[in-house]
Amino acid sequence: MRRCVVSIALLGLVLGGAAACSKDPAPSTGQQNGPIAVKATDTACEVARGEHPAGTVTFIVKNEGSKVTEFYVYAAGDRVMGEVENITPGLTRELKVELVAGAYETACKPGMVGRGIRGAFKVSGSAQALTGDAKLAAATESYQRYVKSQTDTLLVKTQEFVDAVKAGDIPKAKALFPIARTYWERIEPVAEIFGDLDPKIDGREDEDPFTGFHKLERDLWVDNDVSKSGPMADQLMVDIKEIVQKANSEKLSPLQLANGAKELLDEVATGKITGEEDRYSHTDLWDFIANVQGSQAAVQALRPVLEERSPALVAELDTNFAKVLSTMEKHRAGDGWKLHNELSQADLKELTDVINALGEPVSKVAAVVAG
Amino acid sequence: MLSRRKALTLAGGGIAAAGAAGAITLVAGGPADSPATASSSPAGALEFYGQHQAGIITPAQDRLHFVAFDVVTDKRDKLVQMLEQWSEAAARMAAGRHAGLRGAVGGQPEAPPDDTGEALGLPPSQLTLTVGFGPSLFAKFGLASQKPAALEDLPHFPGDMIRPEISGGDICVQACSNDPQVAVHAVRNLARIGFGVVSVRYSQLGFGRTSSTTREQVTARNLMGFKDGTANIKAEDTDLLREHVWVPSSEGPQWMVGGTYLVTRRIRMLIETWDRTPLAEQEMIIGRDKGEGAPLGMSKEFDEPDFGSDKIVPEAHIRLAHRSTNNGARMLRRGYNFVDGSDGLGRLDAGLFFIGYQRDPRTAFVPVQRSLAGADVLNEYIRHTSSGLWAVPPGVTGPGDFWGRTLLT
Repeated sequence: MRRCVVSIALLGLVLGGAAACSKDPAPSTGQQNGPIAVKATDTACEVARGEHPAGTVTFIVKNEGSKVTEFYVYAAGDRVMGEVENITPGLTRELKVELVAGAYETACKPGMVGRGIRGAFKVSGSAQALTGDAKLAAATESYQRYVKSQTDTLLVKTQEFVDAVKAGDIPKAKALFPIARTYWERIEPVAEIFGDLDPKIDGREDEDPFTGFHKLERDLWVDNDVSKSGPMADQLMVDIKEIVQKANSEKLSPLQLANGAKELLDEVATGKITGEEDRYSHTDLWDFIANVQGSQAAVQALRPVLEERSPALVAELDTNFAKVLSTMEKHRAGDGWKLHNELSQADLKELTDVINALGEPVSKVAAVVAG
Repeated sequence: MLSRRKALTLAGGGIAAAGAAGAITLVAGGPADSPATASSSPAGALEFYGQHQAGIITPAQDRLHFVAFDVVTDKRDKLVQMLEQWSEAAARMAAGRHAGLRGAVGGQPEAPPDDTGEALGLPPSQLTLTVGFGPSLFAKFGLASQKPAALEDLPHFPGDMIRPEISGGDICVQACSNDPQVAVHAVRNLARIGFGVVSVRYSQLGFGRTSSTTREQVTARNLMGFKDGTANIKAEDTDLLREHVWVPSSEGPQWMVGGTYLVTRRIRMLIETWDRTPLAEQEMIIGRDKGEGAPLGMSKEFDEPDFGSDKIVPEAHIRLAHRSTNNGARMLRRGYNFVDGSDGLGRLDAGLFFIGYQRDPRTAFVPVQRSLAGADVLNEYIRHTSSGLWAVPPGVTGPGDFWGRTLLT
């Protein structure tokens, strides 16, 4: 799980080339579609203008308070459209988001906690979206079909896992845990758009309250007792159903796809290779392969565009995906994968190397897509 | 001070001119041993191109980031391509520019920057990048016949406590600079360019030079508190460099002419026990006085030691290490102090990262270390924990040339 959605949301919605390396434009309050100044203090969030025509909206956020702050733009249901985080006192940061007509909310979060100081924000009119290009639109649809297929199975497998937990069948629940998570980990780029649900479903023990997959994992592997885990399991199923429904009504922009592919590999590099993700069950390699497969699916959806624009990059991606998958083959165990703590330091180093080698070309996809 | 950003515009002309000069030198085949092109300002830029690699006779900078890589590809053209990219990036970074063409903030907003950015606004800081090839590289890509005889694996020395995971490697990069962040930036960007071709095996930071490599530099102190490198070969000693450092065409292999050999050793010092040693005993062990650095029995640092005198005991470090004890063996040393935090027992994990350049380790480092390992009282206070041996090819002569071209093409 990863709480911070900044790069996917931010990059995903920036219009190609708009930001470049320009100096901070002077925030204006009069001009109807110019940059919007935001004065963030410890107690207030003063957004200079509450409306803007559809298209790229630029916020210039100045932290005039004494606490580190964040600035968000939310669509209905607290869907994160864009975010700048870690704005230290005195610092000015810029946020560009691409917004279609609709009602939004802005929020400053002094101290980076809570719901923040909210304000209404209205966008009107229409703007050409990046998905105008036919091949890019096809990529979006193709990935949507992938999300549909994965979430269908996610519902089934999570239900089986939940049933086993509630039946007190610990061996069966343990066997189903990494299988249900496979479908979850494959579509994480979509899941993470829904800020609140991801930590509920996939939060770690330092999350408060600690709920979801990893709480049940701890019950199963550490406490070896699921007699009181029924309500937690039911809640997981409720949350999964909600996120599946939301995910299937969501259309990811091509840039979100590209960045999602990269971030899945970042997840592998930071969470799975280290054994942080499944620290009680050590089933991290299941999540590892699922992230890689999810990343590959997102890249494959974009493939027609990439082949047209950068055949050399496609060749490099193919080689390196194949390298990761063949390296992982060494760690198969039966129908699944070895446990993280069964791998040697040399094994983990080798996996790190192939993921780093793949991560570099995947990080170039977004720029090619943005053209 | 020249900022990196300004250097970007200024270096355009400078680089072209320097490249042309390098080409002329190559054609004429004249010696280019003189460090005359070196910028004397600690913040300035040093020439990357030349007959020999920079970072050897270059006045020793204050900071080090040394890194050893293993090659992870089995495709020779991938390795060549990476070395070409490394050479281009190195030339840019040495001039105080970005690692990539677009830089840390000049590219597309959707793309990760082709420079990592932590050197933005920092001056070139005399960055040098020096590349060497380890014996294990010659077991790959059909290079066995090109392996120099001088690159024979170092023997085990008495007392060695070498840890394999921080020893050896196929390729090394020595990054030296007067600003630690500039050196780290260079290594980080080269490692990034190398993903999929090479993988970092180990790396070492050094924070204070322990040798002087020109007569202008003051002799620095190691963590034992003694001046180190007083008797070093200096950049001005053209004849000594020819005799003891550079591989001559008469010796070969041809691809190594103008190159040299590098021995790296991480020498952990047992600081705590050393610090409890009486001053007179410390001076006796080293063979020099601690304040001035003069050989015992003499008064000035650069006085020649009198080994006939019994003031310098038979086991004194300077006697055992001296050329007169080792059949004339000499090296150009440019090691660095390091502190890698503390060990699990609360002791400082500190010491000297030894860096020695030489024409042939079999007649330089090996006999000297045999002499030291056998008898040196200093061994009570030090442990060699890492070892590396490298063939350092000749310099990159200009744009279009690259590290290892003479070996790989």
